[in-house]
Amino acid sequence: MIYVDNAATTRLSEPVLQAMMPYLTECYGNPSSLHSMGQTAAMALVRARETIAEILNCSPKEIYFTSGGSEADNQAIISAAKYGESKGKKHIISTAFEHHAVLHTLEKLEKEGFEVELLSVKDGANITAKQVENAIREDTCLVTTMFANNEIGSILPIGEIGGICREKGVIFHTDAVQAAGHINIDVQSQNIDMLSLSAHKFHGPKGIGVLYAKKGIPLTTVISGGAQERGKRAGTENIPAIVGMAKALEIANASIEENTEKVTKLRDRLISGLSGIEKSILNGDPVNRLPSNVNFCFEGIEGESLLLLLDQKGICASSGSACTSGSLDPSHVLLAIGRPHEVAHGSLRLSLSEENTDQEIDYILNEVPKVVEYLRNMSPVWKDIVSGKKKSVL
Amino acid sequence: MALYSETVMDHFTNPRNVGEIKDPDGVGEVGNARCGDIMKMYLKIENNVIVDVKFETFGCGSAIASSSMATEMIKGKTIDEALAVTNKQVVDALGGLPAHKLHCSVLAEESIKAAIMDYYQKNNIPYDNKLFPDCKNCAGCCANN
Repeated sequence: MIYVDNAATTRLSEPVLQAMMPYLTECYGNPSSLHSMGQTAAMALVRARETIAEILNCSPKEIYFTSGGSEADNQAIISAAKYGESKGKKHIISTAFEHHAVLHTLEKLEKEGFEVELLSVKDGANITAKQVENAIREDTCLVTTMFANNEIGSILPIGEIGGICREKGVIFHTDAVQAAGHINIDVQSQNIDMLSLSAHKFHGPKGIGVLYAKKGIPLTTVISGGAQERGKRAGTENIPAIVGMAKALEIANASIEENTEKVTKLRDRLISGLSGIEKSILNGDPVNRLPSNVNFCFEGIEGESLLLLLDQKGICASSGSACTSGSLDPSHVLLAIGRPHEVAHGSLRLSLSEENTDQEIDYILNEVPKVVEYLRNMSPVWKDIVSGKKKSVL
Repeated sequence: MALYSETVMDHFTNPRNVGEIKDPDGVGEVGNARCGDIMKMYLKIENNVIVDVKFETFGCGSAIASSSMATEMIKGKTIDEALAVTNKQVVDALGGLPAHKLHCSVLAEESIKAAIMDYYQKNNIPYDNKLFPDCKNCAGCCANN
């Protein structure tokens, strides 16, 4: 089995599992308990918080554990919006290709009377800091942009955007779910006020994430019921997962350069090989791009059937096709970068990790063109394109 | 994948009657590339009997499987029998489809009807309009866009 869906989730690494095991089996105490088993768990919680804070370059007091990236995004945005509202500021800037955890939260706020401005994806690939600068107004309370896009891999100019927001006194939140553990993050030098991350994107466990919120930004409690996380997030702390996340981030962060070099080579082989397929197009920023991300549209075919056939050949991949999402429309990200509906349906995302090998890339490069050709041979759309009856849109 | 029944996967991976009929007696194309599925059905008709049928489909696994199953259900049948095939029968023959994929079976039924209507029109055979779908009843996504 070749796993190239690492943007969806990653394998839990062996050292992470080993770090978690004692907290699942022996030391299962509740950190709020006064007895020694509880206090051992409380110590693990403190250490994990310190480890993560050190990596992000913030204070442990600025780290809040959540159930994952979605919850962190929700809480960050709601908190910044409520804080802004208290000062009479109700304008929020974001981008058209954010994750739904951000977009749906913003839609809710719009219904509550906030004005949300989604920046369009310039040149079909990325957002510029200038776009953010131009959009900021007197009443802007929040800029929220992702660090790197989960579907097409574009890396946003986070440091520049952070600098502009700091200068203008606007809170800057970044959804760093795809970046954490893969790209260097420094909330101080990059002027990030709030940040979301999720452990399972860097070989940590699922169901655990972090919200970093700079001191002074009042958080709105989304889940009530206990004094955990300084009263900002109730619920018994998931100690095994938190310990696993800290370990995973530590390992990932120590290997960023090495992994980037290795994975970029694999990525570039895939991009160069798949570009050879007729009427195909690379989605996303070709330069400022996650080392792990390959995303193509192939005209004349539909993504779900492509994925099913690749799965039968032992390749686990992903697509922005409507049929894979259960909705009628294809990926909002592909539409945001200007791909027409019919082309967006035919997308393929291959997301790598440092665990992938050159042999696997050879195999993928051998199989994908065959599957694309097979599906095109039974596609009336492709036939019309070849015969000239229908114009190619790429 | 557990998304689909074994029969759906069988028809998806080994589609029956895929391809084109040169010089067909009737051709029907339904769906919209914008929505992610198009089905094209070719018929060869002799003495009111569908002697050959082929399909081409742009679409997801269930769209390809639905077209394949539909061709098997009408091959060798009379036109009236083919017109009586419903999307529900296609779904049942496939061992079920996920709820959000049911429209694929509707396209399969409609592509058969569109091909027969084309045959009637080409041969100036009078027909009852009510037997054929129109856009108003289409379950495709186009109406939602």
